[in-house]
Amino acid sequence: MREITFSQATLEAMSEEMRRDKSIFVMGEDIARQGGIFGQFKGLPQEFGFDRVRDTPISETAIMGAGVGAALAGMRPVVDMHFADFMGVCMDEIFNQMAKIRYMFGGQCRLPVVVRAPDGLTSGGAAQHSQSIESWFMHIPGIKVVIPSNPADAKGLLKAAIRDDNPVIYFENKILYREKGPVPEGEYIVPIGKANVAKEGKDVTIISYSIMMKKAFEAAEILAKDGIDVEVIDLRTIVPYDRETILESVKKTHRLVIVHEAVKQGGVGAEIAAFVAEEAIDYLDAPILRFGAPFTPVPFSPVLENAYRVKTDDIVNGIRKMF
Amino acid sequence: MTEYSKELLTYFYRTMCRIRLFEETVEKHFLNGEIPGFVHLYIGEEAIATGVCANLTKSDYIESTHRGHGHTIAKGADVNRAMAEIFGRKTGFCKGKGGSMHIADFSVGMLGANGVVGGGFNLAVGAALGIKMQERKDVSVVFFGDGASNRGTFHEGANLAAAWNLPVIFVCENNKWASTTPHGSQTSVENISDRAVGYGMPGVIVDGNDVFEVYEATKKAVERARQGGGPTLIEAKTYRIKGHFVGDPELYRTKEEVKEQFEKNDPIKRFEMKVLEEKWMTEKELAAIKEEEEELIKKSVEFAKNSPFPDASEIYEDLYV
Repeated sequence: MREITFSQATLEAMSEEMRRDKSIFVMGEDIARQGGIFGQFKGLPQEFGFDRVRDTPISETAIMGAGVGAALAGMRPVVDMHFADFMGVCMDEIFNQMAKIRYMFGGQCRLPVVVRAPDGLTSGGAAQHSQSIESWFMHIPGIKVVIPSNPADAKGLLKAAIRDDNPVIYFENKILYREKGPVPEGEYIVPIGKANVAKEGKDVTIISYSIMMKKAFEAAEILAKDGIDVEVIDLRTIVPYDRETILESVKKTHRLVIVHEAVKQGGVGAEIAAFVAEEAIDYLDAPILRFGAPFTPVPFSPVLENAYRVKTDDIVNGIRKMF
Repeated sequence: MTEYSKELLTYFYRTMCRIRLFEETVEKHFLNGEIPGFVHLYIGEEAIATGVCANLTKSDYIESTHRGHGHTIAKGADVNRAMAEIFGRKTGFCKGKGGSMHIADFSVGMLGANGVVGGGFNLAVGAALGIKMQERKDVSVVFFGDGASNRGTFHEGANLAAAWNLPVIFVCENNKWASTTPHGSQTSVENISDRAVGYGMPGVIVDGNDVFEVYEATKKAVERARQGGGPTLIEAKTYRIKGHFVGDPELYRTKEEVKEQFEKNDPIKRFEMKVLEEKWMTEKELAAIKEEEEELIKKSVEFAKNSPFPDASEIYEDLYV
């Protein structure tokens, strides 16, 4: 299969969907003339015009609110948040309007809005340009949340998000944009809500997603030399998360580890750990382990930023102690 | 002879009476403990929703506020289902999931009341963007109060609507009170319409208690928007006769002030005086309309009370498509 980057995969998903359906358009800061600050929209206005690929003012509240309003008028907007961190600027539009409109109006409307949110650590992005905030949205009924870890999923999940009649937040890791990998051409959909058992194993389950899948694979490789057979699950969707796949795996391996780049406290791992404790604690042969960032903002200096990162060694050492 | 058709005059009077009677009825049943939650009444401001919506069709959109019953009714929503929603019944527009602050009727282009002050601006702007991209001739109206004009959402939305030349009508209902705080004490300008100039759109002031003035100003703005002329800000000066919500102890003003405002400036009384004086309508005609509306509202309460509450099992319905 041909290989393209994560960024090209998102672009391909956008182009294919925009060709298919005229009601799809995209708006955000710096996306049309500039092609997106990470180049993820390059060439899109040349094919679809500056009407359907819109540069907006620096007004996140208006961008997000207008996305919701356009959906109410029958469009299928994709809104780009520039950096996931800026979602805080328009949080009311996300959680009080977009997430609730269908429910509080008794199902009178559909809200096919996709919110694209580049997230995660970059080199020196620091406190307001580096965050992983996916867990916030796990606590808000009414939206779906997807978070691809590789170019193929980047395409398949974006196409699924655009076709979904519900609001979907699409977290795309900034470092992953440059990653190359095999991506199917043409119609390729990754269903929302379905995790991927990326590597089968029998001794311990690592659940991860986005860029941390790399660390999960690295840990699995190292542990294989110790004779520990790791199962690696790529969650792919945070809301609704794939409870069935998680339980099936834990009942097989009897050990659970969750790894994410986001702050550990109150993170996605906390929800999964609680869920497994409720549903399958009797199957566990060791306490559940979680790896995430310390409870601090993202620091700037390289030494501090490095201290903030989850490391493969920590995962490996933690898992060794489970046996 | 008048420049207003009998049909339009009847619409004005019928709609204003319907809103007034609806609100008085809601107040009564709320105080009786039959309606849960909070309700915010539109009494004294009926001429605004009525005069604005007289220029709209079903395919035009409105975004409303927490004080949204009047807008809902003026846009043509069925009063039975509106009353049932406020009573929390299954037959309400939102199947009892929204209530007074989240009432909506998409079938007539009423895209929702909003529990967040200033929450509707950008939704209306986005709906107008949708209209423009679909090359429709419709418009999108957002109702808001003087208080909401201090939200950042207003400023971002006004800029975007003007920058993209969208068919939005910003209708400010300046009722002099931002919840419990008087207009002058927390707003940088006396006239909200002055803010329009900062966004490169026309700003006009009308007497919000004169349905004819509201109608004429909106007509111009709507025509302009339909022809691709972009947004307009209309400031309708009015006065909030009731408290911020039903049950508000109103410690911030005197009863005399309210009484004086209502006596001299009730939009319905002013309409009656005008049409009788001009001989556009007769007392008999007015009385007949009022009687029909009284009957309609009475029946809406019966409809609401005879409707079932939603079943507890419906809690998970309508969350996702």
